[in-house]
Amino acid sequence: MNKPYNNKAWFFILPVFLTVAFSAIIPLMTVVNYSVQDIISPEQSVFVGLEWFRAVMRDSELHSALLRQLIFSFCVLLVQIPLGIGLALSMPAQGWKSSAALVILAMPLLIPWNVVGTIWQIFGRADIGLGGYVLSRLGMDYNYASNSLDAWITVLVMDVWHWTPLVALLAFAGLRSIPDAYYQAAQIDGASRWAVFRFIQLPKMRGVLVIAVLLRFMDSFMIYTEPFVLTGGGPGNSTTFLSQYLTQKAVGQFDLGPAAAFSLIYFLIILLLSFILYNWMQSAGNGNQATGAPHE
Amino acid sequence: MARIEFRNLGHAYGPNPASLQDYALQPMNMVWEDGGAYALLGPSGCGKSTLLNIISGLLVPSEGQVLFDGRDMTQMPTRERNIAQVFQFPVLYDTMSVFDNLAFPLRNRKVAESEVRARVHEIAEILELTRDLKQRASGLSADAKQKISLGRGLVRKDVAAILFDEPLTVIDPHMKWQLRQKLKQIHHQLKLTLIYVTHDQVEALTFADEVVVMTNGKVVQQGKPEALFVRPDHTFVGYFIGSPGMNFYPLQIDGDAVVIGQQRVDVDAAQLQALKHANGELKLGIRPEFVELTTAGAPGAVSANVVQVQHLGTSQLLTAEFGGQIVKARLDASTRLDGGQQWLRLAKAETIFFSNDERIGR
Repeated sequence: MNKPYNNKAWFFILPVFLTVAFSAIIPLMTVVNYSVQDIISPEQSVFVGLEWFRAVMRDSELHSALLRQLIFSFCVLLVQIPLGIGLALSMPAQGWKSSAALVILAMPLLIPWNVVGTIWQIFGRADIGLGGYVLSRLGMDYNYASNSLDAWITVLVMDVWHWTPLVALLAFAGLRSIPDAYYQAAQIDGASRWAVFRFIQLPKMRGVLVIAVLLRFMDSFMIYTEPFVLTGGGPGNSTTFLSQYLTQKAVGQFDLGPAAAFSLIYFLIILLLSFILYNWMQSAGNGNQATGAPHE
Repeated sequence: MARIEFRNLGHAYGPNPASLQDYALQPMNMVWEDGGAYALLGPSGCGKSTLLNIISGLLVPSEGQVLFDGRDMTQMPTRERNIAQVFQFPVLYDTMSVFDNLAFPLRNRKVAESEVRARVHEIAEILELTRDLKQRASGLSADAKQKISLGRGLVRKDVAAILFDEPLTVIDPHMKWQLRQKLKQIHHQLKLTLIYVTHDQVEALTFADEVVVMTNGKVVQQGKPEALFVRPDHTFVGYFIGSPGMNFYPLQIDGDAVVIGQQRVDVDAAQLQALKHANGELKLGIRPEFVELTTAGAPGAVSANVVQVQHLGTSQLLTAEFGGQIVKARLDASTRLDGGQQWLRLAKAETIFFSNDERIGR
């Protein structure tokens, strides 16, 4: 056997290489390129090194946007994950009722994001919106356009309304994959409803919940359209999250260099936090129960 | 531990069963003694899982009663029945250690922690799981997992019976034998009532003191493994047990002999008498192990043409054909077989006659 040696094999990885290059590497490198230059005009640019990164890191407006963003994403996870699990647990398991519940649940997911913003903008208005009207008739001084707490809560509730169904669908899929024998064994072992949840349902849902947490974290961390339509980032800067601040910089003021540096930092923050969340959830499932751990 | 009794127990999934065909489990009476090892044997869909679910309380039968030690348990929910069950695939609490898995049924019943510890160690010792107690249950091999499933049943002192639902399905062949030995040993040691559901006759026959054979929702025979082999009550038992199963031939009576596939075969006078009294569709059944070679024209023999001879080491399997019927015979490995025509003795003491698939007399 005489095997021919040549470099034809490279042609086979070319499609993958090109796809990855166009989808990820080239756009990312463009941003890296902008982030280290001062672009004075399309013809004229100066290499400035890490200057933009330093500037962005010192930007106090960015700091407060980041803090707002972290609090927002944290609240989103805190509300949506338990609520999604609860919805999935209380849904009918099979038959037409199950299908009907799934369709109704999935509705908010089918609505375009800017329409979601518009719906809630109208819904929250005290004069013509049902939600705002009811709240003001109940004697609450609710106005999302002028009160920053109200604006904040409205954005959060809107996100919960829009995205909890996704968590619920994922959790529901996880629950359906548990074989009946587990529930039968739990009955035989005399397990309480809580024990069934804690030791069968929750562990079996872990895989889908990791996905749900990561998706909801990343999506909420990049939230843009809905608050932009609903509050425009206001009142003041109270609902200006990172994406919106970035857009203001890049498009509004056309500061391409700082905006690019900011984008990279933004990307790294999401990557880092996703990594931490993922590892934490994996170890929460695998560790800490090893030796005769206390039982509720 | 308990004596389990079924009184007119039957179950139909649909309402108002009109005929016996509508039952998933046809009404029957049966008693399983305390401390016995019973196997429920039958093909998929024969009703054995239905019966198992009725015993464990996952299913309330549409008629009749289940009694444990004379107490009516028919309506009792699963958790109050003191039943343990090992499922087809290992059911474990993945996040818990082996110790916690074994302790789970006791802790749920608020047993004192010191007793939990003592009991778990005792059972782990029997099951040879002591070394793994601190490990996470999910990382163990399939046979160890099945042992844990079993252990969760054994830790409870009040357990009335342990049900096995084809527990060796996912176990490697060489571990199957070991695990089955373990089960027998535990049965001897703890004198528990064990109920073992399977479609594998070897598992059933080696495991159980008594085997209950089911088909189409009907219990066709309950008996010791030898009885099922030697005296099947029903053609299904003859066909299902044994490898290969029993030979069956439809027959007509002609004077003082029977006719099978155009050949007259002499039968014993008493058997002939019983056959004459029976009505319905008559069949002769004989196990391949009992068919013997004989000389031309011998009583009870038919003339058949050899189709195939398979050597199986300690024996050889002869397949022959007469009048459109196939006969299988398991013969001694040393028997010299030439092809062509052979006389095979089908009617003898071990031969069983059936009327409408039920054994006649004796």
